[in-house]
Amino acid sequence: MKAVITVIGKDAVGILAKVSTECAKYNANITEVTQSVIDNIFAMIMMIDISKLNIDFAQMAEELSKKGEEEWGLKVFVMHEDIFNCMHHI
Amino acid sequence: MINEYDILETIRMIQDDCLDIRTITMGISLLDCIDPDIDKACKKVYDKITLKAKDLVKVGEQIEKEYGIPIINKRISVTPIAIISAACKCSPVPFAKAMDEAAKAVGVNLIGGYTALVQKGFSEGDMELINSIPEALACTERVCSSVNIGSTKAGINLDACGVMGRIVKECAEATVDNACFGAAKLVVFCNSVEDNPFMAGAYHGVGMPDCLINVGVSGPGVVRAAISKYPDADITKIADVIKEISYKITRVGQLVGMTASKRLGVPFGIVDLSLAPTPAVGDSVAHILEEMGLEVCGTHGTTACLAMLNDAVKKGGVMACSRIGGLSGAFIPVSEDAGMIDAATAGVLTIEKLEAMTAVCSVGLDMIVVPGDTEPDTISAIIADEAAIGMVNTKTTAVRIIPAIGMKEGDVLDWGGLFGKGPVMPLHKESASKFIHRGGQIPAPMQSLKN
Repeated sequence: MKAVITVIGKDAVGILAKVSTECAKYNANITEVTQSVIDNIFAMIMMIDISKLNIDFAQMAEELSKKGEEEWGLKVFVMHEDIFNCMHHI
Repeated sequence: MINEYDILETIRMIQDDCLDIRTITMGISLLDCIDPDIDKACKKVYDKITLKAKDLVKVGEQIEKEYGIPIINKRISVTPIAIISAACKCSPVPFAKAMDEAAKAVGVNLIGGYTALVQKGFSEGDMELINSIPEALACTERVCSSVNIGSTKAGINLDACGVMGRIVKECAEATVDNACFGAAKLVVFCNSVEDNPFMAGAYHGVGMPDCLINVGVSGPGVVRAAISKYPDADITKIADVIKEISYKITRVGQLVGMTASKRLGVPFGIVDLSLAPTPAVGDSVAHILEEMGLEVCGTHGTTACLAMLNDAVKKGGVMACSRIGGLSGAFIPVSEDAGMIDAATAGVLTIEKLEAMTAVCSVGLDMIVVPGDTEPDTISAIIADEAAIGMVNTKTTAVRIIPAIGMKEGDVLDWGGLFGKGPVMPLHKESASKFIHRGGQIPAPMQSLKN
């Protein structure tokens, strides 16, 4: 089972470090990372394996989004891969 | 492999263009709760609803977090109460109270099914229920009511139209301290559907399993945003754009419905392919029509644009989900749509135009505020007109109008939240009383003779 973490916001030092530290905390294995500027949005997209999480996935998603907004000033979306697969693949 | 563009597109649809799942509605059969002792029956109703739906809200919230998509409403629909209460031979208001308490206990914001189906005549139980609607809606918070007064197969029960004009008015009068909100929780249908997940008209039909999950999708903002990328395209292209985006919207509905059904251990019913607006900025069906090239929704051309929109939404959605049902079409509730509110306030969107629009989309004259001194017979005549459109076109139509007691044309009735606000719209003053008081049944049209 995989999920996608998308981080959108202003570039700064250590975003990747912060997000990956959180992933390690929850035992989420990062399988892929890309950073790009699309449609004038700076975005980092991370694929994570969530099959061995030590926390409920919904709770992890909530914690990360909250941390992003309140501590880092970034928009962090943690979404199960199924929503992208169903929307964009027949 | 998921590509970055797709990921960002999905996030943009949710964050910027108000894509959401409008409702997960659990349908619950109450047929096994029938009991001549009304107290026993009500206890069974409360127990069954709270047992079946105990995890509905929790599971809904969990799915929201996992997929990152808002699920605005978690709701319940039940078997038409007139069928359940008939054995009690007394006012069914205690059933409404039991439903309300059960809804509060499980945390759903609305519960539908205080309903009677009288398209071909009334039973005693139906009459008891209909007469109790104003009281039931005034003394409960979350209960929604509907009455089906016509169908293509049965024709139109003109006696029921007559009664419902009075009931709508009484609902408004009984809740005058609460902005006449009672009338906003009552829908009068022609060709009502058994698996509609949307309120206020949801009920759980008798031909359905004991319990199931229906999902209603939304996303007018997403459709408008998609069209806005093609300012110079011809209308064929626009129809294609709408189909593509509807496919994506509906896929999410299918995913959410399947997941909810699995986790709740309840069969998955249908996805209702609807564009349901909210008063929020960027979530308006009227603005889609304006994006297509109308200066203001309600002007000439509106019906054509809406017909195309409604059709394209269905064509896009139909392949995206395994079972389709409910109302499936664009909604045009005036008070719940920022663009419609503006168009009605400006006097461009009139009740006549809305009536024409209901011939090409779901569902009917919805959330329209009318003057408080409107005669019940006039409301009955509006119901009859709308039912005729549904009957002849073999489609669902409905009337949910709110007589704003003490207000007149130009005033605004404001509920806030999802129900929005509506300007009081003018109606014809000439009477239709003689027609309504003839009573009887408008015979089923030729369209009913399909066999």
